[in-house]
Amino acid sequence: MKRPGRMLAEVLRSALRKPATVLYPFVKILMPEHFRGRLHFIPEKCIGCKLCMRDCPANAIQIIKVADKQFRCEVDLARCIYCAQCVDSCPRKALEASREFELAQLQRKDLFMRESPDPSKVSAPASEQPKTESAKSEPAPANKPANG
Amino acid sequence: MFEGESVQVPVGPQHPALKEPTSFMLTLQGEKILQIAVRLGYNHRGIEKACEERTYVQGIYLIERICGICSHSHATCFVQAVEEIVGIQAPPRAQYIRTIVAELERIHSHLLWLGVAGHEVGFDTLLMYSWRDREIVMDLLALLTGNRVNYGINTFGGVRRDISPEQKADIFTRLNALEERTKYYVSVATQETTLINRLRNVGVLSPADAVRMGAVGPTARASSVDRDIRRDDPYLAYGEIPFKVITADCNDVYGRTLVRVGELMESYKMIRHALEHLPDGPIAVKAPRKVPAGEALGRYEAPRGEDVHYVRGNGTEKPDRVKVRAPTLANVQAVAKMLEDRYLADLPIVVAAIDPCFSCTDRLTEVRRADGPSSVLHWEQLRQYGIEWHRRHGIDFSKLNNSFRCPEDH
Amino acid sequence: MDAQFVYQNLYDLFYMLVFPGLLFLIAFALFAEYVDRKLHARLQHRVGPPWFQPLADVIKLAAKEEMTPRLADRRMFLMAPLVALAATATAFLYIPTWKSDIRYHFEGDLILVLYMLTVPTVTFFLGGWYSRSVYSMIGAARAVMQLFAYEVPLFLCILGPALLANTWSISKMAAFYQVHPAFAALNILGLGVCLVALLGKLERVPFDIPEAETEIVAGSFTEYSGRLLAMLRLTIDLETIVGAALIAAVFLPFGLGLPAAAGFAVYLVKLLAVVCVLTVMRSIMARLRIDQMINLCWKVAAPLGVAQVLIDLVAKGYLPRGYLQ
Repeated sequence: MKRPGRMLAEVLRSALRKPATVLYPFVKILMPEHFRGRLHFIPEKCIGCKLCMRDCPANAIQIIKVADKQFRCEVDLARCIYCAQCVDSCPRKALEASREFELAQLQRKDLFMRESPDPSKVSAPASEQPKTESAKSEPAPANKPANG
Repeated sequence: MFEGESVQVPVGPQHPALKEPTSFMLTLQGEKILQIAVRLGYNHRGIEKACEERTYVQGIYLIERICGICSHSHATCFVQAVEEIVGIQAPPRAQYIRTIVAELERIHSHLLWLGVAGHEVGFDTLLMYSWRDREIVMDLLALLTGNRVNYGINTFGGVRRDISPEQKADIFTRLNALEERTKYYVSVATQETTLINRLRNVGVLSPADAVRMGAVGPTARASSVDRDIRRDDPYLAYGEIPFKVITADCNDVYGRTLVRVGELMESYKMIRHALEHLPDGPIAVKAPRKVPAGEALGRYEAPRGEDVHYVRGNGTEKPDRVKVRAPTLANVQAVAKMLEDRYLADLPIVVAAIDPCFSCTDRLTEVRRADGPSSVLHWEQLRQYGIEWHRRHGIDFSKLNNSFRCPEDH
Repeated sequence: MDAQFVYQNLYDLFYMLVFPGLLFLIAFALFAEYVDRKLHARLQHRVGPPWFQPLADVIKLAAKEEMTPRLADRRMFLMAPLVALAATATAFLYIPTWKSDIRYHFEGDLILVLYMLTVPTVTFFLGGWYSRSVYSMIGAARAVMQLFAYEVPLFLCILGPALLANTWSISKMAAFYQVHPAFAALNILGLGVCLVALLGKLERVPFDIPEAETEIVAGSFTEYSGRLLAMLRLTIDLETIVGAALIAAVFLPFGLGLPAAAGFAVYLVKLLAVVCVLTVMRSIMARLRIDQMINLCWKVAAPLGVAQVLIDLVAKGYLPRGYLQ
């Protein structure tokens, strides 16, 4: 039974219903609980095995020793592909994937995540201390192979 | 209009009908297509080569990104091939979970296709509705795997996420909603006059041609070619799940639509069956990091057709060779045939009807004479060529160089 | 030069440029575009744009850089949008609004209006053709092909009611049907065909063939940008209102005798109703191919147009002469 306007009833019904789309970004939609969003680092748990660095497909993660048994984690969020393989690889669950997905930034340097252990707990030699503090404004260290 | 003389119309590399860059150079006489020259290669990313420089674990995520729509297909195909070389098998529960995600992916891919097909023939309402309903399955995939695309559910020896009983119940409810909607789309596709006019007898591919040109997936099945890897060479849990292979004898875009909506209905049944018979047990077995020397071929029925991955290991953590034959490569040959003696207006829907994925398809082949120089430009040469080309056209990029540097390159 | 003369001229200027002329027309056309887009979105289960979106679009386009293709005939390229806009705005002056005795009318203004409405399509053709881009040229050729297909049924369907009313003036037609509203029922068939033809004139789904995005980018408009594109977009908006006003005047003779305010409200509602019907039609169909469109127009719409003329002729012959003035 061919006829033009088969969807007429459906579209008229839709006009009376609440729209399916929302006015993002004024209305937010939450991602499910186990979403693989922005990474978070729990410095106390890290043992510096660097398994996450070995498995990262995008070479986005760096674990840097700041003191004895104290590690800093740096993730280039622009490189990260949010596969959360590092979360799976980590034997101590020191990395977590969060539900955060709105990661756009106006400046490339803001796409750099650096999570350090609490400075008060760091029993670092004096020479290491200023490096951690000034690092916030510095660009990424060059110890990563340029992969292009 | 241009009686007697023909005119060349470029459709692509950039064109509203195409969602990815590729080129169709049409020779038209009036509205009629006299000749069509297909040119691929605008989307080459060198993934096969890049795989050789990465470990297998890293490779999964790279392979997964061959295609945004059938990412699970590529990843599973690759993982299966590697598992075969290593000689391990994912536990039954993992096989079932992979199958469930695979069918959910087919649902999202076919619903996406339905919308794209609607858009190509100017039926945007169909696009809006089918993509709205596709959100149901996208959310479901996000819930099960942690992301809406590039699910990352696979790992060597199993899957990374289990399905909880609550999630199971959730899948059932949402599948019912989707099934209702799909029934509606079947009725629209088979009853709306303007839509049928644009699909019927358009892009005809005879069964003989379909076989000769090596068409796969819904493109082949709509031309009565009864082929489906899920049945012909069962992998994952497909050997244990009953399903029908949908075919049509229309040979045209209308047939391809019917096959796809038919497959949607089958997928719902398959997922229900898989969930009801989900075996207990572990979701993964331990897989070694080093893969022994050996080779294997993975076959997989992706939403767009048969996907083939060849993997060769050499005893290290990195593969020796990875080769991907994506379904579009098999189907794209048939497009020129389908468009013979058709109208310009049919081009978008005929191209869309094979559900093309050009980034999956693009490959680099270097043809080199034994004595001649290489025709390949290396990165520095290409960059230099680009700078020179723009300088000749009055733009000097060499001055801007530093401002484009990424922070990690300092 | 006496005061009366000055007053007359000033009033003419006000009538043409402000109300109910150009300014009102543009404002109403932009509002109608909003209604169209909002309803279209709601029919598609979307939120849709805010009320100022059409105006914002025009302002944005007007602020953008304007480019002329190197191979284009610059004069024709620039003239086309201007002529199209002017012709559409002129046509509006001769269509009755909320009363049938309007300022500008003469015996034969029906023909003037119909041809003024053809001018935009012809200028779209010229503008597209002289852009010298393949997409524009194919779009231009399609626009003209389509013009020949929908123009005949459209003219036939307006010819019928005109014959019955025994006049070539839209105002007098409106006045006639205002006195004999029952006769308007005879023209239902024509109303349907006219709505379909109007879809063709406005190049909307299912007849958006000349600007089919997925085939020929934007057809005639492909090379247009900036103010010129804004003007073309505005022309199509105005055409929607002029077309709707024509249909309302010829086929929907209600509320013409009401006091000004009430009449004006009825007039707006009538026009928006026509716009809404067009929106619903474009929401529920796929775009036809040009050959299918021509087939439809010649094999279905044109015979229906002839039938409309026959109905009106028969009615005219059999009804008592005195009854028809």
